[in-house]
Amino acid sequence: MLKSQLIAQSLKLLAACLLLISFAMLSRRRTQRLVILFAWQGAILFLSTCLVAYDAGLTELWYSAALTLVLKVIALPWILHRLIQRLGAQWDTEPIVNIPITMLAGLALVIFAFGLAQPISMLATTITRNTLGIALAVILLSFLMMITRRKAVTQVIGFLAMENGLFFAATSATYGMPMVIELGIALDLLVGVFILGIFFFQIREQFDSLDLHHLEALRED
Amino acid sequence: MELLLVLGLPLAGTLLLALLGARHFAGELNIGVSFATLAAATLLVVRVIRHGPLLVWHDQFLVDSFNVFLVALTVFVGFTTAIFSRPYMRIEEHHGRLNPRRLRLYHSMYQLFMAAMLLALLTNNMGLLWVAMEAATLSTVLLVSLYRTKASLEAAWKYFILCGVGIALALFGTILLYFAAEQTLGREGMTALLWTHLDAVKEHLEPRVLGLAFVFLLVGYGTKVGLVPLHNWLPDAHAEGPTPVSAVLSGLLLNVALYAVVRCKILAEGSIGSALPGRMLMGFGLLSAVLGAFFLWRQRDIKRLFGYSSIEHMGIITFAFGLGGPVANFAALLHMTVHSLTKSSIFFTAGHASQAAGTQRIDDIRGLAGISPTIGWGLMLGSIAILGMPPFGVFTSEFLILTTAMRDHPWSTPILLIALGVAFAGIFSKVQPMVFGESDAPPLPHSPAMVPVFLHLAMVLTLGLYMPPALAEWYRAAARLIGG
Repeated sequence: MLKSQLIAQSLKLLAACLLLISFAMLSRRRTQRLVILFAWQGAILFLSTCLVAYDAGLTELWYSAALTLVLKVIALPWILHRLIQRLGAQWDTEPIVNIPITMLAGLALVIFAFGLAQPISMLATTITRNTLGIALAVILLSFLMMITRRKAVTQVIGFLAMENGLFFAATSATYGMPMVIELGIALDLLVGVFILGIFFFQIREQFDSLDLHHLEALRED
Repeated sequence: MELLLVLGLPLAGTLLLALLGARHFAGELNIGVSFATLAAATLLVVRVIRHGPLLVWHDQFLVDSFNVFLVALTVFVGFTTAIFSRPYMRIEEHHGRLNPRRLRLYHSMYQLFMAAMLLALLTNNMGLLWVAMEAATLSTVLLVSLYRTKASLEAAWKYFILCGVGIALALFGTILLYFAAEQTLGREGMTALLWTHLDAVKEHLEPRVLGLAFVFLLVGYGTKVGLVPLHNWLPDAHAEGPTPVSAVLSGLLLNVALYAVVRCKILAEGSIGSALPGRMLMGFGLLSAVLGAFFLWRQRDIKRLFGYSSIEHMGIITFAFGLGGPVANFAALLHMTVHSLTKSSIFFTAGHASQAAGTQRIDDIRGLAGISPTIGWGLMLGSIAILGMPPFGVFTSEFLILTTAMRDHPWSTPILLIALGVAFAGIFSKVQPMVFGESDAPPLPHSPAMVPVFLHLAMVLTLGLYMPPALAEWYRAAARLIGG
């Protein structure tokens, strides 16, 4: 009994950390920092998946935890890091974002997410039920980041953070979705980043910059 | 067995064309693979008609009257588009817009896209449906950016980001769905996300969870249907991608995404026990139809023009599914069919028209009937068909939708009529000067494939004049299944 309480408590702690990192991401201007934060987010996700796997005694979840470790903590941040270096974008910043207002909007989103998730969390039988609200909040915050940022790399990190939130929702609300589907998600994620990698180079070639301001030619006449 | 062929042939085609796609016979090979898929799908259809719904491989795949007709439509339009794309891509290569490497990518991704759509249609697993939808998105991102111009990169980027976000929201909806299913069905691994299992217990699923799940699924998959206000990617992707891709996006992908929405609606409506999901579809549908029609007026690019027309028509179909009931569902399914056939034939002609004129700007395309009578008249007839003029099938389905709306929700009829009227005036006033008038453009270097265009239009005309009883029975069975 004590053990399961301990696990439940640590899961809540991890969930809170996840939310904190999302806010940290919102407040950062430097792209390089965002990659590090993304790797941390992956690490927390890995730990929380391990905890749930231990508590539920499901082998599938151990696999998905390993997958998280390999993909989201090591492979993707590394790929992103290399990409940024090769593009010479280490020192890129986002000058136009108004951080305080973004943070306030983020707060409002978190309250909204909790309000939305509350009646549903009541129904959950798993020990992680209270974390559904946080998962939804992380998804919405990443969404906010994608909307407010202009650089291609930052938008992709926002997208990946959103996938992290989704993955957290999948473990927290349901103790992990069936395995095949997780594999599909992971695969799609990788393919997506691969495509984006190609994209960056082409955007660079065509526009000499990764700033998406250049991508505003297609408008309504 | 037939199922395995239907899914496996396009996948095999993907690999084969990835190897051989740069050769000069790749276009023919693409047609061959598409034809083989069509043949396999025909066998599948025959089998389902004879023996009823099919549930195979541990219930992972489902073929019922609803999706089998979409499978048939998808492989048929996929086949005709392959026929069209062969001379079209030759001309593009002749104009120097493509090289053999890009063509290899194009052919390979075309087959992958078909495979992803067929998987999305045939699977019984809501999770797998999601994976297939994302695969379809990813493969088309590469197709939209095929020309590697600034505009096409921008369009592909917008498409990727918007649809990526949409698809992420749909995943959250799927997670909630699994969450609700787990409460009722218990932990049975893969089976808790199977649509047939969910359908069997839908009355017992927790309505609050399902309501929220449906909102996420509708917004997520709705992005891919092109519903306003999530439609921004659609006109860009249609205008900047190669024309065969515009044709399959408009004619097939939007249908498949809407199919996913309707499957979710069946579950949500059963669980909530009210017409709320239907009302949401009606709202989104009406908004898309009206705004799509008004945006038509402002377009200067021929492919953007018809992209907005697709938004308008998807709006009408969504509205009809929202109305529910046997007649509206029947009309929606019919409209799905005739819209795919007509819109893809319009894109075929629009593609050749812009090749002949050397531009996609409507103002610079003049006198098509003079350059090539088949292209000019094909565009004119296609436009008349899509605008819902009487002998064509689009008229039948729009008439059915309007009369049902008048009976059940009279307030919506004037809105629909305004949308149809505005779209009519918008398209007709732009197409008429393109077809008639003077032009001195040179003829095309390869003769265009106009057979698919007139084949599609003839089918739409036939559906408008006389519907075979077997087909009508088929639609009715599917409409009953959707219920509502």
